Amino acid sequence: MSVIIDRLSVSYRPGAPVLRELSLDVNAGEWLGLLGPNGAGKSTLLKAIAGLVEHTGSILLRGVDAGSLRHRDRARCVAFVPQEPVIPPGMTVTEYVLLGRTPHLPYLGTEGRGDLTVAASALALLDLEPFANRSMSALSGGERRRVVLARAIAQQADILLLDEPTGALDIGQGQNALELIGYLREERPMTIITAMHDLTLAGQFADRLLLMAGGRVVADGPAAQVLTAEYIREFYQANVEVVSVNSGVAVLPIRNGAR
Amino acid sequence: MGEPATGLEPVRLRWGWLATMLAVLLGAVLAGITVGPAGIGPGQVIGELLGAGLAGRPSTLSSIQQAIIWEIRLPRVALGGLVGGLLSLAGASYQGVFRNPLADPYLLGVAAGGGLGATVVIALVPGAGSSLLPLAAFVGASVAVALTYAVGRSMGGRSAVSLILAGVAVAAFFTAVQTYILQRNADTIRQVYSWILGLLATTGWREVLVLVPYAVVCGAGLVLHRRLLDVMSVGDEEVDSLGISALRVRTTVVVLATLATAAAVAVSGLIGFVGIVIPHTIRLLVGVSYRSLIPISAVAGAAFLILADLAARTVASPAELPIGVITAFVGAPFFMVVLRTSRRYVA
Repeated sequence: MSVIIDRLSVSYRPGAPVLRELSLDVNAGEWLGLLGPNGAGKSTLLKAIAGLVEHTGSILLRGVDAGSLRHRDRARCVAFVPQEPVIPPGMTVTEYVLLGRTPHLPYLGTEGRGDLTVAASALALLDLEPFANRSMSALSGGERRRVVLARAIAQQADILLLDEPTGALDIGQGQNALELIGYLREERPMTIITAMHDLTLAGQFADRLLLMAGGRVVADGPAAQVLTAEYIREFYQANVEVVSVNSGVAVLPIRNGAR
Repeated sequence: MGEPATGLEPVRLRWGWLATMLAVLLGAVLAGITVGPAGIGPGQVIGELLGAGLAGRPSTLSSIQQAIIWEIRLPRVALGGLVGGLLSLAGASYQGVFRNPLADPYLLGVAAGGGLGATVVIALVPGAGSSLLPLAAFVGASVAVALTYAVGRSMGGRSAVSLILAGVAVAAFFTAVQTYILQRNADTIRQVYSWILGLLATTGWREVLVLVPYAVVCGAGLVLHRRLLDVMSVGDEEVDSLGISALRVRTTVVVLATLATAAAVAVSGLIGFVGIVIPHTIRLLVGVSYRSLIPISAVAGAAFLILADLAARTVASPAELPIGVITAFVGAPFFMVVLRTSRRYVA
């Protein structure tokens, strides 16, 4: 499902816009990585697409104005995974994954057979069947992340938004998290937009990168075009060397003054 | 990978536990009707309820014994059951929508607000019927819960304790206003004072009949929201991203829970801790899903308060303790345990 954003502006406080007239087309099936220093507006852009913040300008989801959609219909198109999802203590994995069926249920309704089947296949897709009856509190960090993804998959939305899927993870966990998203995309055609902190991972996993600063887009294109030492110096104030690797580019921080 | 797994357990009401709690409730009802100075045995009570009450056979009891069962003990047990069920239901619902394990109608100041509303009517509107009391209590309780929520949020947000501290402050203020009104209207002090401590003394079936419509509306409304209460556990932003307005769910559930509290407070005064003791105990037994928690807590709350009333009548017999003393005696230590174990929410 394509996303077309036209002159999107968001202000949490009057006179201090977080996004400034941002325009962007995301093709169906594309994996777009949002980059930029803290405060660039990456999370806010994701929240605006998910319908969680007030905005001006328009967002079209597969050609339909998202503002005209009912909340529930929008949630059937867009699944949002925040940086730190709330893990309800004591809730079982099945109960949690079934929450993803909410947009498909009547307001006061409960899940039927079909919803259980969808949840079961989401658990199967992420190899979580053995955990179905476990408590969320008893899972490791990596397992929880997979369960959160399973909930988003159970939502059956064509657009998956992930805010910092590698935030607070060690190097191995971070890589695994992105491998998992890549694997999901092969299994189910989805448009994926991720806000990303780790430039090296971004340069190897996303199809296309968008560098944001001060609520605007400053660079847009494939990794080799966006992840340049010049851009990174200008917008992150970081001294780096960009290295070409088989799967994309890697960004190495270089200590100032070293040669 | 690929093929959907079969046999995923649906999330549903734990019928076994509901049946168990209904059995406990039945036992509590029988005990509540049997125990007392009149010396009517359990067999006689069952015979009277089933034989004379249901089957319409002539009663084997004296007319005094019949009057004790039908006009004194049964309405009192029914009232205790309704009040306990409503308070427990309200506590579980507040815990769900505020995502706060410490929430309770008493600790949030809701009961004090309801108490003030009812006191205003008793003291300042002479001759007002008892049917006006629940509405007045509802107005007071609504103001209190809105104040508590606003103050709690302004204190910095997500901590479970800040909401409860706000509730304590709101309750103290409302109680002060209530005391002032009482001092200015000394003739009603006795009536209101005995009621503040929580009392199930009744005059037959009148209070029960006042309470029934509230119990039906609030019970049905909150049971219908049981899945949405599960959804609410992931936080407002994620709830909204699932296509549900967290604000709408919270508003509806708070109105229903406050109405339930107000109705209970209007007929029985301030009975604390039922709303925290029962849902937490039931959670340990049946898990955290509100689909089981809401209905089973209501039944267990009813049984608990009937038994608490039994204790209130018998512990210091022939004197009668206020039932609020009994529930606080059990509930306050329990609350401290909950406070300790829920430190991760509190931090």
